[in-house]
Amino acid sequence: MARLSSPEELENFRQEILSKRDPNRPCISICAGAGCIASGADEVIEAFKAQIEKEGLTAKVDTKGTGCPGFCERGPVVVIYPEEICYLQVTAEDVPEIISHTIKEKKVVERLLFVDSVTGEKAIHESDISFYKNQERNVLCNNIKIDSKSIDDYLAIGGYSALTKVLSKMTDVEVLEEVKKSNLRGRGGAGFPAGRKWEGSRNAPEPIKYVIVNADEGDPGAFMDRALLEGNPHSILEGLIIGGYAIGSHEGYFYVRQEYPLAVENINLAIKQAQEYGLLGENILGSGFDFKVFVHQGAGAFVCGESTALMTSLEGRVGEPRPKYTRSNIKGLWGRPSVLNNVETWANVPLIINKGADWFTQIGTESSKGTKIFSLVGKITNTGLVEVPMGMTLKDIIYKIGGGIPDGKKFKAVQTGGPSGGCIPEDQLDLKVGFDELTKAGSMMGSGGMIVLDEDTCMVDVARYFINFLTDESCGKCVPCREGLRQMHRILTNITEGKGKEGDIELLEELSETAVEASLCALGKSAPNPFLSTLRYFRDEYEAHIKEKRCPALVCKELIAYHIDPDKCTACMICLRKCPADAIIGEKKKIHIVDQEKCTKCGTCFEVCPSKFGAVTKISGEPVPEPIAEEKRTITKKSKKESKKK
Amino acid sequence: MEIDKVDQIIDKHNGEASSLLQILLDIQSKNSWLPKEVLGRVSEKVDVPLNRIQHIATFYKAFSLVPKGRHQVHICVGTACHVRGATRILDTVEEATGIKPGETDLDLKFSLETVNCLGCCALGPVVEVDGKVHGKMSPVKTAEVLKIYE
Repeated sequence: MARLSSPEELENFRQEILSKRDPNRPCISICAGAGCIASGADEVIEAFKAQIEKEGLTAKVDTKGTGCPGFCERGPVVVIYPEEICYLQVTAEDVPEIISHTIKEKKVVERLLFVDSVTGEKAIHESDISFYKNQERNVLCNNIKIDSKSIDDYLAIGGYSALTKVLSKMTDVEVLEEVKKSNLRGRGGAGFPAGRKWEGSRNAPEPIKYVIVNADEGDPGAFMDRALLEGNPHSILEGLIIGGYAIGSHEGYFYVRQEYPLAVENINLAIKQAQEYGLLGENILGSGFDFKVFVHQGAGAFVCGESTALMTSLEGRVGEPRPKYTRSNIKGLWGRPSVLNNVETWANVPLIINKGADWFTQIGTESSKGTKIFSLVGKITNTGLVEVPMGMTLKDIIYKIGGGIPDGKKFKAVQTGGPSGGCIPEDQLDLKVGFDELTKAGSMMGSGGMIVLDEDTCMVDVARYFINFLTDESCGKCVPCREGLRQMHRILTNITEGKGKEGDIELLEELSETAVEASLCALGKSAPNPFLSTLRYFRDEYEAHIKEKRCPALVCKELIAYHIDPDKCTACMICLRKCPADAIIGEKKKIHIVDQEKCTKCGTCFEVCPSKFGAVTKISGEPVPEPIAEEKRTITKKSKKESKKK
Repeated sequence: MEIDKVDQIIDKHNGEASSLLQILLDIQSKNSWLPKEVLGRVSEKVDVPLNRIQHIATFYKAFSLVPKGRHQVHICVGTACHVRGATRILDTVEEATGIKPGETDLDLKFSLETVNCLGCCALGPVVEVDGKVHGKMSPVKTAEVLKIYE
């Protein structure tokens, strides 16, 4: 199509798209995000298309592969418009029933609805589901409404109206002032005010400037940026163009991590479409403003999420951070002023322009405004992406939205802020989420990972895990990070293997202090956080590992043993057959025992032992009971009956 | 890998040194690893010393300087998967394939890698084989999945 050459042309074109669309026409939206695809969404989409064709409904019903609505655990998620009926865990076999029942007869397929785990009530609409009901979805809400590969869909929901507003009615200074007034803080981790960052670049004398999207979402357990990149790429692109306009930049970059191929595909497509429509390139919408965008893929290095390392990597070098004597908004990519913001930060910009800074500042706390997307994962009933206003308590997020801990287990801690964040224990659950509040509690906001840990999680192991991760990802440039973390990892590994000794904790504290004080970049400076915060709240677990050689959560392999309770074992042979190490001795009608010499502690026996028997147990900090004598192992008929009665 | 294919990729990126990462990623995705002579060719065409290219190829995890197996097994050891038992999944795969992360078996059947997060945290623990994600894994299920691959 011809390039749109003025804001009016864009508005007319939008009306044209809308006039062709009937809001009452049935539309089947299937989540095509990476999570749902992993659960088989591709087959479901194909099945819907085939079934609709088979029944001759092609002209009457639309199907759409949409962005991720966040409820990945119950994927594939299907929403049927205009009724907004939400079906979860849909398989290709369910498709004919959905078409005949819901599309043709307008009835609901009960078994595919969400059932509240507490009340047992079924929810028909997305907005009735407890997981969604308590959220405030300003950024994520459009994901399920649009086909992530269609610019027309984005235009139909009012997309690029912020860009037209900026180009036709606002000066660059007005845009900057609006963003400053909104007090939008960077969603990537540090929470630096975006407006101030922009202003620094704008005022820098160098004429060539850059705007960059940090889409190197490296924090394990965090996937909100992936959902936005895959689901609504145009919203990020629109924010980036507006940012470019405000600071006087004509070149933008997306730096996307290599593990997200679908995100790269969708962003590239979005850029191509925007170019065709005249929303990118030269003289955008006749305003005289030129802007082009490039996509760079990362190559698997966590440190490249750090702003200066990312810029070095964009230059085609090894992603090592640079000292920040001069901030990168003054001297960044190729030594020029560069504004780097996180995906979610950019996606908030069009909203602020459209609805105004006053609207934005109504949401949130004193120092943290707007909403934040968290990825609520780990040992939690409703896993997925949640967008909540800043200032909601952790308790509300975990219990009201997340539905609490599954399998009747007890909550232990929540880990926020990615590998450099910290663990927050139960007695601090009334903490309100916000940049400063989380830092005070010894953790941090980070990019928004929220990993829930239950009583089966060993805190020393968690600290060891994160330090190991960071040791691996340290770029190796500065000594406190490279060597300090390596030694911390060694000591923590010793502790989890039962080789801990007095003085280890003090030594770890000393190493932490050095890394915090002397590292070059944020990776090293914050790396000891997981250790420091777990020590602050769970010192007793460290001491149990070191002094009693006991792992209270029964996790650390070297400190536990598997044992079969002879009173409970019914000699059912299940664990014996499944054991990959042939470490279980026994036969039919003969109580099984674990050969401790052969056992690799894989836990398979513990897992497969039917819960009605529960004969396999884990032991730590005490000797394993001697196996019962050979002659007592035979189960006589009488005792079998008895065990059945129980 | 034929040299003219390498040249094509380099030309696609206009032979710019700032696109080195993108060039190497493209070669890696076509060839699954980076042979020495290919790196030499890139160095020549882009006019960047070979040692800088080696630095890049060894720094970033996505690159491999040794041949890869027919099937790429990626075990997610991200936090969400870790707390749901990813270590035991990794143990199972090591046991079944006889290789450790970063290695390829002698028959060139499997290459094993750990990855830090595939962004499918809701489905953890997760194993990805040749780009297909298998979610909610247990040691028993993992062993069964590996058997599918020839």
